[in-house]
Amino acid sequence: MLKLEKVSKVYKVGVFGGRDLTAVRDVSFEVRPGEVVSLIGESGSGKTTIGRMVLRLTSISGGSVTLDGVDVAAVRRRDLKDYYRKVQGVFQDPFSSYNPIFKADRVFAMVKDQYFPQVGGQQWRRKLDASLEAVRLDPGQVLHRYPHQLSGGQLQRLLIARALLLDIRLLVADEVISMLDASTRIDVLNLLADLKARGLGILFITHDLSLGNYVSEQTVILRRGEVVEMGATDRVFGDPQHPYTKRLLASVPQLHKKWRQVEAELHLQGERG
Amino acid sequence: MTVSDQEELVTAAPAAPAVTPAPVAGGRASREALYFARRNRKLVAGFGVVLLFLTVAVAGPLLTDHGPNEYVGPPAQRPSARYWFGTTMFGQDVFAQFTHGLRSTFLVGVLGGGLAAAIGMLVGFTAGYRGGVVDEVLNMITNIVLVIPTLAVLLIIAAYLRVRGVVPEAVFIGLSSWPWVARAIRAQTFSLRSREFVDLARLSGLSGRRIVLKEIAPNMSSYLFMTFILLFGGSVLIAATLDFIGLGPTEGTSLGLMMNNAVLWSALPLGMWWWFVPPGLGITVIVGALYVMNVGLDEVFNPKLRAM
Amino acid sequence: MSTVSLRVENLRVCYRTLRGDVQALDDVTFAVADGEIMGLAGESGCGKSTLGKSLIRLDGRMRHVGGSVELDGKELPVWDTAKMNGFRFKEVSIIPQYAMSAMNPTRKIGRMVAELLESRGVGFDTTRPELQRRLELVELSEDVLARYPIELSGGMKQRMVMVLSTLLNPSLLIADEVTSALDVSTQKAVAETLVGFRDRGFVKSMIVITHDVSLVYQIADSIMVMYAGKLAEKAPTDELVAAPRHPYTQLLISSLPEVGVRYADRRLTGIPGKPPSLLSPPVGCRFRDRCPLAFDKCAEEPPFVEVERDHWVACWKAG
Repeated sequence: MLKLEKVSKVYKVGVFGGRDLTAVRDVSFEVRPGEVVSLIGESGSGKTTIGRMVLRLTSISGGSVTLDGVDVAAVRRRDLKDYYRKVQGVFQDPFSSYNPIFKADRVFAMVKDQYFPQVGGQQWRRKLDASLEAVRLDPGQVLHRYPHQLSGGQLQRLLIARALLLDIRLLVADEVISMLDASTRIDVLNLLADLKARGLGILFITHDLSLGNYVSEQTVILRRGEVVEMGATDRVFGDPQHPYTKRLLASVPQLHKKWRQVEAELHLQGERG
Repeated sequence: MTVSDQEELVTAAPAAPAVTPAPVAGGRASREALYFARRNRKLVAGFGVVLLFLTVAVAGPLLTDHGPNEYVGPPAQRPSARYWFGTTMFGQDVFAQFTHGLRSTFLVGVLGGGLAAAIGMLVGFTAGYRGGVVDEVLNMITNIVLVIPTLAVLLIIAAYLRVRGVVPEAVFIGLSSWPWVARAIRAQTFSLRSREFVDLARLSGLSGRRIVLKEIAPNMSSYLFMTFILLFGGSVLIAATLDFIGLGPTEGTSLGLMMNNAVLWSALPLGMWWWFVPPGLGITVIVGALYVMNVGLDEVFNPKLRAM
Repeated sequence: MSTVSLRVENLRVCYRTLRGDVQALDDVTFAVADGEIMGLAGESGCGKSTLGKSLIRLDGRMRHVGGSVELDGKELPVWDTAKMNGFRFKEVSIIPQYAMSAMNPTRKIGRMVAELLESRGVGFDTTRPELQRRLELVELSEDVLARYPIELSGGMKQRMVMVLSTLLNPSLLIADEVTSALDVSTQKAVAETLVGFRDRGFVKSMIVITHDVSLVYQIADSIMVMYAGKLAEKAPTDELVAAPRHPYTQLLISSLPEVGVRYADRRLTGIPGKPPSLLSPPVGCRFRDRCPLAFDKCAEEPPFVEVERDHWVACWKAG
């Protein structure tokens, strides 16, 4: 459904824009319907840039990004609105995603104005309730409130509900739970995984390997803008090939294994494989 | 970094503060702002003074049945019951001149200030939102206008235009005082633009223009308001200065022109204080009141400045 | 039984806000042994950062309401900011949250170090050899002192701050979220550096404050979990993670995704609800509303008692 082929992003930096900074280089992968693909990388790996390119928030320097065969870069300004019916995004900071001087449910009103201007009040309310139910939020608790009156978890779920109002095919989730508390993280994570059942494809961008491992079918490991390893999640995590992947896995603090033990296991694997 | 209600109550955010320090929430913010506005002495006093002068400007000319420049009475008269501010060297009613002058002062302030605000906002928002080449071009234009010696240009214009009115003067002032506004608005727009709610607005299919109007500008509303007040005061001051040195309108009257004439016809050595004191005081008090209002507004919008 | 280095008794701290007093720390009692690294874990708003800061009294908005803190047998004047000046950096030191972003960007690092030392009455030149030795230890070259903070990476800045905070060999080091903003591989390096400091005797005991339980599992000897301003559980690391006794700890640990655990195989669950507001905290056990094991007695606040050797829990059901 979503296909990236040799995608790159080059920024012009330097005093007169003379030098080139390659943030993303020749990245290729796919997201199929009903599948979660986690894009894992540390800071500077280009993962957020890739998410923004898919969302057309940043221009694509090279390669092609296609959604159901349609070239995303070729979509014209005035057709972007239609593109956003199929692709939406949720970002990292729940409190930055809302305009602080307006109520939180304004994000729904914005969608209604742009995409459902003809829909009547009652019908819209029903649609809204259905979306909120899908993200397990109680309308009475979250509507008509200001962002600072809601918790981070509620705010992120509201954004997912907003995306579900449209009939999207792909959701780009960029570090959506890293700013949430541990006890609410898992709920939002489970929610994303449940959305798979609707046929949604999810591009799950994160730096946290355990989250990627939990929720995704396919994993892409990024380093400094390039893909170093890619494949089915249990294979990438269970039998990592690339030294960088191994290093990442060795550094992740695990809850029931000490680092020494993890290192030893990976070492043994390396020796065997 | 995770967030919670408790931390919000207490944090003195190590992260950079938002553009406007105030609005915690829309409706609540305006009610809160109004509450503090009514209690802020600087704001109330400043506003009161400006309102007083505005009333005089509007009502004053109706009290006199002659024009400001008509020769109505005996020359060089001290203030009396008949001529409240006395008469000029030529027998013109100083009070009539003063009230008509106030009118043109306010006109210049609103027109000149308004024009500068409009251009500054247009340039600032566009440069800040679009970035890239657009930003560089607009920056260049801003710098050019900033660097142009306005006085020299005005002298040239004055040499070519024999007859000038208040409106051209206001337009000229407006066209030359917008750069700092554009710079400031550009900077704040830049920082707001990188916030994720702008990205979300883009993902909702909003056009750039609507995003600036509906998402970015409202976040800066208090700043924009204060900017206008500063521009208003600035225009009045610049107009008075230009009028005083003779580069102002050739017709009509204004406070600066009054002072110009007073000096020209030796009012000071001759002791005709009633000719130049009212206009001078008028300008000083109005502009002063505007700046004091601004300081008060800043306190209203920025909770940290309140002397609570 | 190792000697106790830090003893905190009935510590109460609150913050004054426009809406009233926030009871950030309520009757906290615990001890840290000599040479022990204690992890202080909990979610945001639980009071862990407050606890760390209250031991060194670096936050002007904090008000000490009651309780005592004893370090190496001496009482720390934690109610008085001025009096604590003599102890800061020398006996108790802190690596504050956001420390690496708090370095003055217009000062070279060497100059910052010199100023800091001089403000403590310690000559820069006399400490220089030791400083160099320690920089080498954390794999920072000496010319880092001639650079500006912006020239260093996140991990390097963090290590610099760590060296600085431990330069005068404090008895107690409080590390507040020192790994939060770092990449996974740098996190490991920084965490291991902390342990190295303890092993080499640069610090005697350490309190590592974090929201990441798995990180603190790797390096701490014991872990203390806080909830809503109160202590929930304290136990040796392996015991806490393998067999937690407090329902909050149990739920928290089982809600953490781990490498190897997949949604398709085992669906983890979170804890419904929110922590109570500390403006007017509820009577009784603060976890009551969200606790699946709550019963009548929970209306009365459970004491923080030792249910097994070195294992403390504040729960009626755990006793």
